[in-house]
Amino acid sequence: MIRLQNVSKTYDNGANFAVADTSFSVEKGQLMGLIGESGCGKTTTLKLINRLEEPSSGAVFVGEKDIMDSQPEALRRNIGYVFQGIGLFPHYTVAENVAAVPNLLQWDENRVQARVQTTLAMVGLPYEDYGDRYPAQLSGGQQQRIGVARALAAEPEVILMDEPFGALDPITRAELQEEFKRIQAELELTVIMVTHDMTEALLMADRIAVMKQGEILQIGPPAELINSPQHEYVQEIVEMPKRRADRLDQVLRGNGAGVTAS
Amino acid sequence: MNDNLREQLLVLPAYFQGHLVLTLIAMTLGIVISIPLGIWAAQSERVKRPLLTLVSIIQTFPSVAILALVVALLGGRIGLVPAITALVLYSMLPIVRNTVTGLETISADVVEAARGIGMSSQQILVKVRIPLALPVIIAGIRTAAVWTVGLATLSTLVGATSFGNYIFTGLQTRNLVAVTVGSLAAATMAVLLDSLIGGIQWLMEHRNERSSSVYARAKTAVLAAVSLSVAVVAYSLMPEEEVDFVVGGKGFTEQYIIAGLVAAELEQAGFTVEQRLGMGTEVVYEATANSSVDVYLEYSGTVWANIMGRDDNPGRQQVLSEVTEFIAANDSMRNAANLGFQNLYALAMRKDRAAELGVNAIDDLLPVADDLVAAGDLEFFGRPEWLKLREIYGIDFGEKLTFDTTLMYTAVYERQVDLISAYTTDGRVASFDLLLLEDPLNALPPYDGFLAASESAMANPRFVEVLASLQNKITDEAMREANKIVDVDGGSISEAVTYLQSLID
Repeated sequence: MIRLQNVSKTYDNGANFAVADTSFSVEKGQLMGLIGESGCGKTTTLKLINRLEEPSSGAVFVGEKDIMDSQPEALRRNIGYVFQGIGLFPHYTVAENVAAVPNLLQWDENRVQARVQTTLAMVGLPYEDYGDRYPAQLSGGQQQRIGVARALAAEPEVILMDEPFGALDPITRAELQEEFKRIQAELELTVIMVTHDMTEALLMADRIAVMKQGEILQIGPPAELINSPQHEYVQEIVEMPKRRADRLDQVLRGNGAGVTAS
Repeated sequence: MNDNLREQLLVLPAYFQGHLVLTLIAMTLGIVISIPLGIWAAQSERVKRPLLTLVSIIQTFPSVAILALVVALLGGRIGLVPAITALVLYSMLPIVRNTVTGLETISADVVEAARGIGMSSQQILVKVRIPLALPVIIAGIRTAAVWTVGLATLSTLVGATSFGNYIFTGLQTRNLVAVTVGSLAAATMAVLLDSLIGGIQWLMEHRNERSSSVYARAKTAVLAAVSLSVAVVAYSLMPEEEVDFVVGGKGFTEQYIIAGLVAAELEQAGFTVEQRLGMGTEVVYEATANSSVDVYLEYSGTVWANIMGRDDNPGRQQVLSEVTEFIAANDSMRNAANLGFQNLYALAMRKDRAAELGVNAIDDLLPVADDLVAAGDLEFFGRPEWLKLREIYGIDFGEKLTFDTTLMYTAVYERQVDLISAYTTDGRVASFDLLLLEDPLNALPPYDGFLAASESAMANPRFVEVLASLQNKITDEAMREANKIVDVDGGSISEAVTYLQSLID
């Protein structure tokens, strides 16, 4: 469904590469996690797919079509995008935000209205209660639900997500991760999700690509990355959640001993 | 209610209408011009710098200068057009600057999101950037509105009616009630206009509460205010009945009185007349040259020095006839009548002090000048008149002081100074019984009052006849007395006019 073929991106004529000779593909209905540290090129890779950035070389295909053959605006309207900073329009109501892409696609009014209601119900914020509110009147978690609803509104087959749950508190984050996974499976969405949270990637992704300095070090299902890491950095980053769980375990047991002693 | 206040309130509707029309038209044009310019500047660094510099420079020009320049650029046209042009120029800075700032300070995240969901740059501008910049843009419009209401008072100087008519007439005729009414009216209009724009902004920001009753009430109030204003403007712009003649005038008492007299005489002859007073010399001269004004009181010395650029003095009659020829040849104006009085600088002293020193003329002062204290108004000792006096008579005084005009007259009356620079037709010369010293060597340029008339009006023989009937009818003493009625005794312009008419008929 999405295929990158030897894609590179440089801002200084080849002195440095934000993305270097990258190739991968994501099958329909799959969720791929793109993980790495800040500045590793993962967000740039994501933006190359809907032409927010243009590749310096190589080709990107979405649904077998070279994206350079589509008009950028038309391409973006057909790909859902969930933004890092949420990026809701503060002057639009919740309903207007969700209706933004269908309106750009010039759907007729009744269809837009029906779709807004369906999408809002899908993310658990019923239209009757939330449709007329402004983003500033919602909590962070609610805003991100609207961000997801906006991305889903025009019934895209492909969704790009840039650290969608990064700014949320752990409980809300876990809740939204599960819900999104459910929606994704139900609608058979093809998703690329940029994240720096390995736990999130392990829990949600069908496959994970680990990026460092513009290059993909390894790509594969979570189990494969854990069992046979092919790179020191991959091993380190994949084991992080487990190491933290062990550490947590130790702390808890230490506390238990203290209680017994007293 | 006292008579003065009642008299001021009678003209309130006309002044209010004039002021509102000026402000609303200027603001509408200002917004229509400035917002697109601001949007253009926000897209292009190459437009932004020069544009912002230009509108800032316009702002630093003194407003009176802008008005005079606009009148000159429009070929001497007076009234609404130059006033509105100047106001529009002045309204531009806050609107352009706030539009640029508003558009530039929108969060990059939101713009990125708009691109990411597939909006074109045009759609991003119209659907996202402009709506989000709107509060800042409106703040600029509100600033411009308050400035415009204030500055519109200056439109009086180019012959457009506004609350400035209260203020300028009031200041010149020492009528503080008029000044107060004018200032309060302008301040009230500024507050109301600001609230109206604030109301429109509130409505836009609370669109999602449009079903609430507060919203409905606010909407009704704003709509009512807007439609009322539009109605007033539309009504004002309907073609008025043309008056036969426009009588112009500059901004001081003597000008108001003579304009009143000329208007009264023309009306008696059956003409309809409109008065446009309080203009600057340049403005009213230009306006008469192009027939926007038909007649006004001018002084030979003013044309001689300011317009012809002469500094010699070939004598009173010679100056007057050369000026008459000059205005006809160069500016299509006619001298319709020499009124007979002169309003010039003269040295004045108390009669008893003059007798004591044996002084009648300026040259009599020579032997005693070193022991005398002279007082001048704020500019006298820097003016060519004083330089001429000193050069021609070789005279200088022991002490020279500079005073505010009112204090200067009091000082000579109370014998704190020996002599002062006076205007020959100032009412206080009469009321303090001062002696005006003769000028046997003609050092002081003559300032004969004459009626400068437009070529087109002079084509009407009856008009020519009415004005000619005023030839040599007003002596220095008569003019002084008329000025005294207003400036010293606190009478109205029409009382002074009636007094002059009683002398003529």
